Amino acid sequence: MKGYLGLDVGSVTTKIVFMDEGGIIREAIYMRTQGRPIATVQKGLKELCSRLPAGVKVKGVGTTGSGRYLAGVIVGADTVKNEITAHAVASSLLVPGVQTILEIGGQDSKIIILRNGVVSDFAMNTVCAAGTGSFLDQQAARLNIPVEKFGEIALQSTSPVRIAGRCAVFAESDMIHKQQMGCSLPDILAGLCEALVRNYLSNVGKGKEILPPVVFQGGVAANLGMVRAFEKELGVPVQVPPYFDVMGAVGAALLAREAVARKGISRFKGFGLADLEFKTRSFECSGCTNQCEVVEIDENGAIIARWGDRCGRWSSAGREAKIS
Amino acid sequence: MRVTFPHMGNLHISLKAMFHYLGVEVVLPPPSSKRTLTIGVKYGPEFACMPLKLNLGNFIEACEMGADTIVMAGGCGPCRFGYYAQIEHAILKGLGYDMQLIVLEPPERHISELLVKIRRITGNRSWWRVIQAIRFGFQKARAVDEIEMAAFKIRPRELRAGSADEAYNRALELIDRASSMDELLANRKKAMEIMNGVAVDQNRRVLRVGIIGEIYTLLEPFANHALERQLGRLGAEVDRSIYLSEWVNDHLFLGLVKGLRSRKAACGAAFPYLRHFVGGHGQETVGSAVNYARAGYDGLVQVFPFTCMPEIVAESILPGVSGDFNIPVLTLIMDEHTGEAGLVTRLEAFVDLLERKKEFKEAFVQ
Ligand code: SF4
Repeated sequence: MKGYLGLDVGSVTTKIVFMDEGGIIREAIYMRTQGRPIATVQKGLKELCSRLPAGVKVKGVGTTGSGRYLAGVIVGADTVKNEITAHAVASSLLVPGVQTILEIGGQDSKIIILRNGVVSDFAMNTVCAAGTGSFLDQQAARLNIPVEKFGEIALQSTSPVRIAGRCAVFAESDMIHKQQMGCSLPDILAGLCEALVRNYLSNVGKGKEILPPVVFQGGVAANLGMVRAFEKELGVPVQVPPYFDVMGAVGAALLAREAVARKGISRFKGFGLADLEFKTRSFECSGCTNQCEVVEIDENGAIIARWGDRCGRWSSAGREAKIS
Repeated sequence: MRVTFPHMGNLHISLKAMFHYLGVEVVLPPPSSKRTLTIGVKYGPEFACMPLKLNLGNFIEACEMGADTIVMAGGCGPCRFGYYAQIEHAILKGLGYDMQLIVLEPPERHISELLVKIRRITGNRSWWRVIQAIRFGFQKARAVDEIEMAAFKIRPRELRAGSADEAYNRALELIDRASSMDELLANRKKAMEIMNGVAVDQNRRVLRVGIIGEIYTLLEPFANHALERQLGRLGAEVDRSIYLSEWVNDHLFLGLVKGLRSRKAACGAAFPYLRHFVGGHGQETVGSAVNYARAGYDGLVQVFPFTCMPEIVAESILPGVSGDFNIPVLTLIMDEHTGEAGLVTRLEAFVDLLERKKEFKEAFVQ
């Protein structure tokens, strides 16, 4: 079997997929980054390799997510792309004709508007609506219900209560207040979903023309209560694609296929990289007043990349070293 | 008297030149840095916007170096900037720094009002000398702007990463060093030679992006996370809606110098969308957006400090401009956060969007 690897390395979770040449996702791995992106990527690749049939050939690899540069140098990526482009590309494959993508993950929320298959507008949370996923986790923990059950319970609600959704602090105290008043758990959870949806639409989706087909993805899309709340608020059906929680990685794999088709060869270092030793170091540059925090990566004793500088003095030096 | 002033991009090059020409001693605060911001955040009111905090940090750092007089621009109208000078002065006083404050406000009727303020700094030097000094400072501002514009063009086309910025820094240094009008003329030529000497790929396809918004965050790279440089690196040639010399000409010289882009033109272009002054540069932001769209730019980036009211007004109007002219707009709001990753992600995605849109359009035309 031949195919492409896609890695989405985020601050909270890391996702890796293997997509065959026909664009079918063969394997998907979802794991916690736990503050150790390099070790997580290595572990994930090892696991993936063991799941794939022997003799599999990787024709290209792409990375995305906030750890995309780091992951990119570690695996020898053919393309390193931001998560907005990756998500848009993945959705277009899995849901042809998609015009609106709602995406809520653990830390980030975004909306992507596509017209004629091309991204025409996007927005990411600025201050509010960040951490919606984490907030749901927290509330589930506080109420002592497993987060996977959250949506199911919310769906039992017949009359959701109104929860103040502008800010997580208000939302939480409002929920506690409604509990004390004796409202039922399903009604409170459904109310919370509606509040989070309102918050998302007014902070992230503000001013955007939301046309169907609408796709909802990211970790929070697993929550049926959130899906129902979106449908109620928007008045259109909201689809959750298969692989909704690894869409960034799917997009990275697709972009890798594009990149390799253009340049012919892949820079993938092979699954053996799982056993290489990578070290990162950082130092504060004193070259000027910016005092950039420069990070460097060392692979078996050789520096393979540096970044974090504003002036290019370190990152471009790294680039030259790599070419020569 | 040891004069200091806040940083705003390359403003210091021009102000320092003017004061030195008059024989006034200048204490230049260190360029705005994380430390500056940390100090400003600690002593500034929490709800003030970032420019106040950075100004305050600049002043405190300058005081530590022995400055005793602050020269600052003022303003009027709904933007809070107008009373920042006074607030900052009061905070400094509370901290035990006894500073003299001179606020240069846009003259309401006649340029003589400005000259009187300048007199306070210059003592009994002749008017002729004062006017020569202002001219000298202004010429430096023009030279600096010219170099910046050249850098905007070169950055996305440079053959070796970082070479445009190296040239830019060397060229600015030359302008900064000139101590007379003649020397400035000669150095300006040399500086442009340095800029033109950078190896570029003339045929590279680049995107054109207009940067609009609030003046401080537009001009100060520390405040906007070197937005122009980041866009340049991603392959976009940028233009900025306000350059220092244009601002000085509009606000302090009342448009005396001819042949420069003026705020009147920008405000005029804002017309169907925003017909009146909303404070700060809100109206210019909208008008510049229209002008860039008409000039065929591929996209616009609006930048402003968190809670900036005039720009929030503009932000709410820009979707209309964007729709009418079919030009994408990305809004970036700056505050104390130092996380650059999110900003870079947005810029990359925006450039991707513009590229794909351009390809699509070109394919369609063919
Ligand atoms: S990396 Fe460059 S910009 Fe950053 S502190 Fe060093 S010299 Fe300055």
